[in-house]
Amino acid sequence: MKWMKNLKTYVPPSFVVERDDYRCIRCKACVEQCSFDATFYDEDEDRVWNWDANCVGCDRCAAICPTEAITVRRADPTYRYNHNWNGHIDSIKKRAIFGGTPVVSMGNDRPYPIYWDHMLLNASQVTNPSIDPLREPMELKTFLGRKPDSLDISDDALKTKLAPQLELEIPIMFAAMSYGALSYNVIEALGRAAKEMGTYYNSGEGGLNKDHYKFKGNIIVQVASGRFGVHKDYLDVGSAIEIKIGQGAKPGIGGHLPGEKVSETISETRMMPQGSDALSPAPHHDVYSIEDLRQLIYALKEATEYKKPVAVKIACVHNVAAISSGIARAGADIIVLDGFKGGTGASPQVIRDNIGLPLEVSLAVVDERLRQEGIRQYVSIVASGGIRNSMDVVKAIALGADAVYIGTAALIAIGCTMCQQCHTGKCAWGISTQDPHLSKRVNPDISSKRLINLLEVWALEIKETMGAMGINSIESLRGNRLNLRGVGLNEKELEILGILPAGE
Amino acid sequence: MYEIDAKGVYYRDLNERVRKAIREHHKDIVLHNVCGQYYIGCGLNDRDVKLTINGVPGNDLGAFMNGPTIIVNDDAQDGIGNTMNGGKIVVYGNAGDVVAYSMRGGKIFIEKDVGYRACIHMKAYKEMNPTVVIGGCSGAFMGEYMAGGTLILLGLTKRDDKPLTGIYLATGMHGGKIFIRGSVDERMLWSEAVIVSPTKEEMKKVKSEVKEFCNLFKIDYNKVMDEEFVKVAPKSTRPYGHLYIPGP
Ligand code: SF4
Ligand code: SF4
Repeated sequence: MKWMKNLKTYVPPSFVVERDDYRCIRCKACVEQCSFDATFYDEDEDRVWNWDANCVGCDRCAAICPTEAITVRRADPTYRYNHNWNGHIDSIKKRAIFGGTPVVSMGNDRPYPIYWDHMLLNASQVTNPSIDPLREPMELKTFLGRKPDSLDISDDALKTKLAPQLELEIPIMFAAMSYGALSYNVIEALGRAAKEMGTYYNSGEGGLNKDHYKFKGNIIVQVASGRFGVHKDYLDVGSAIEIKIGQGAKPGIGGHLPGEKVSETISETRMMPQGSDALSPAPHHDVYSIEDLRQLIYALKEATEYKKPVAVKIACVHNVAAISSGIARAGADIIVLDGFKGGTGASPQVIRDNIGLPLEVSLAVVDERLRQEGIRQYVSIVASGGIRNSMDVVKAIALGADAVYIGTAALIAIGCTMCQQCHTGKCAWGISTQDPHLSKRVNPDISSKRLINLLEVWALEIKETMGAMGINSIESLRGNRLNLRGVGLNEKELEILGILPAGE
Repeated sequence: MYEIDAKGVYYRDLNERVRKAIREHHKDIVLHNVCGQYYIGCGLNDRDVKLTINGVPGNDLGAFMNGPTIIVNDDAQDGIGNTMNGGKIVVYGNAGDVVAYSMRGGKIFIEKDVGYRACIHMKAYKEMNPTVVIGGCSGAFMGEYMAGGTLILLGLTKRDDKPLTGIYLATGMHGGKIFIRGSVDERMLWSEAVIVSPTKEEMKKVKSEVKEFCNLFKIDYNKVMDEEFVKVAPKSTRPYGHLYIPGP
């Protein structure tokens, strides 16, 4: 038996892998599938063993086991119960042992309030008829971009010159996730699904692989502080350009793709040397103010001859409303608000778990502020960060969003089990990895179909809910907070969300 | 030669006129009376186009540019060559802050001084290897986050009582090469870079770039090369790797 335990670096395991020896047929599939070195086969004893301390609870082995011999469960806490110190003991030990700050992935997993679950939607009864979406037309089409103050229609024609718009068949897009963070096949699946569904996927800040230029018409390209992969063809292929100022999972800090992940193809896409860290500075060093932001927005508009909307993505932070007003005035066509539960491929844990604002609150205050200032029509608002289901989408739109981005939900649709190990590059489900042996586990045909299914089902659910409310166009739901009621919220929270309590 | 009088012309209209001239196949375009108009040459692609600017162009000159040559017969403002991919910019004078931010290809020659944060996050990729030659001195944060390319600082305007570069030189540098004529005050350097002597091979590159610089600005090449050069190089391509550990 090869035990790998090292007392000096020991912290108790978070998971226990139980294997029913009677069921185990020694096929070793789990050994082959576990990319975290948590499973191994002992020839002398003819037994499969687990090194629980390495297990991340991704459930890949249990899913693959043909005889269902494996159960992965959360380990019970080992130390004496202490409400104040639970969880902090290991976290202190790790810092002390390894001398570094822990990097984590996916979104904030702390038990902060989830406002979506404190809002209920309305429905029509008697006084106004509900609509049956299966038999009556129901409009989800959404346009993102600057809207004019008024329309001049004369001689049967629209005379007002409209700013460039993104046309979405469904108000859901795939959020910025770079090739580098995600494997090639995942990007392929996202692109195909976006095309099929008439929506967009976002390249993230890692540039665009030449193979994926075929998704032109369904891509939003991102320009982040590192400017990786940003060049003329890249800007041209995007239907819109998104300036990434911040990300909900790591507001105010830069990106950091470790050198090990910068493989040959990644280096080609990012246009940077192989094996070198891809460091995105914390700020854009040409943007230190709203005026500078305006300069970058218009530089991108000049470079693309004013043919594409320019979006600005910010993490939701304390004065999000004032910042958004500045962004709208700086000439952005779209503002993306990324709430503190948004996912990431890698972020220092302290940042992910402690910085930012809930998306729900941010949406409400930004929409309200822009309305009060009379500039809401200048920008579309895209809500992003922790959208889990179609009802979150409906509530986001009722709070004032024009559309939403989904990231984590899209990954779950293609197999992610939220083990939060994306930063290791060892994703056993082949999603957030560049290891060719692992990434081939994602089949782009199946995955794109699943994404399409997810969006189609969510679209149906949204239509059903709108129908119940007696609304037949998503436009009529936008900012329609009268259709929301709060439960279990205090007066101040209701006031900020701009909704009435249940019963009023 | 195609001439445009930029006097009082709004930047958007001016840039549209330049694009129109290029669409009409003009190769040699001269802009007169330029006074602070933004984004001149921004996103232009054509390798054989030459823009001559008489006057002071505004911020983001040649941003996202991918081919043309821009000659500025005066000082230039902030953000020259921002995320530039190819082409050449020559400034007969000084330039402002953030020269060559994230530049990935092409060349920039500046006769005199530059402001803060020159060549931040300049990078290289395969045949794309940007070069910036600054004839004068620079402000703080020069070469911050530098990831690739070549930056040559000649310090020809150096005054005895003033340093050649500002502080925080090469902070977070993890690639590329900086060559400085004369010596660098070690205290200006941050911890991610070191000062070494350039190799013979590297000096060949420096010499050829300096020769081009001297030809452009009519400066005595031998006099410039009279002084030694030092090289500022990154200690590692992974300066911050050790600070992070995989989380739970
Ligand atoms: S495959 Fe995943 S769940 Fe199974 S042992 Fe390995 S890490 Fe644990
Ligand atoms: S993408 Fe992979 S590594 Fe990341 S949480 Fe999902 S299953 Fe785990």
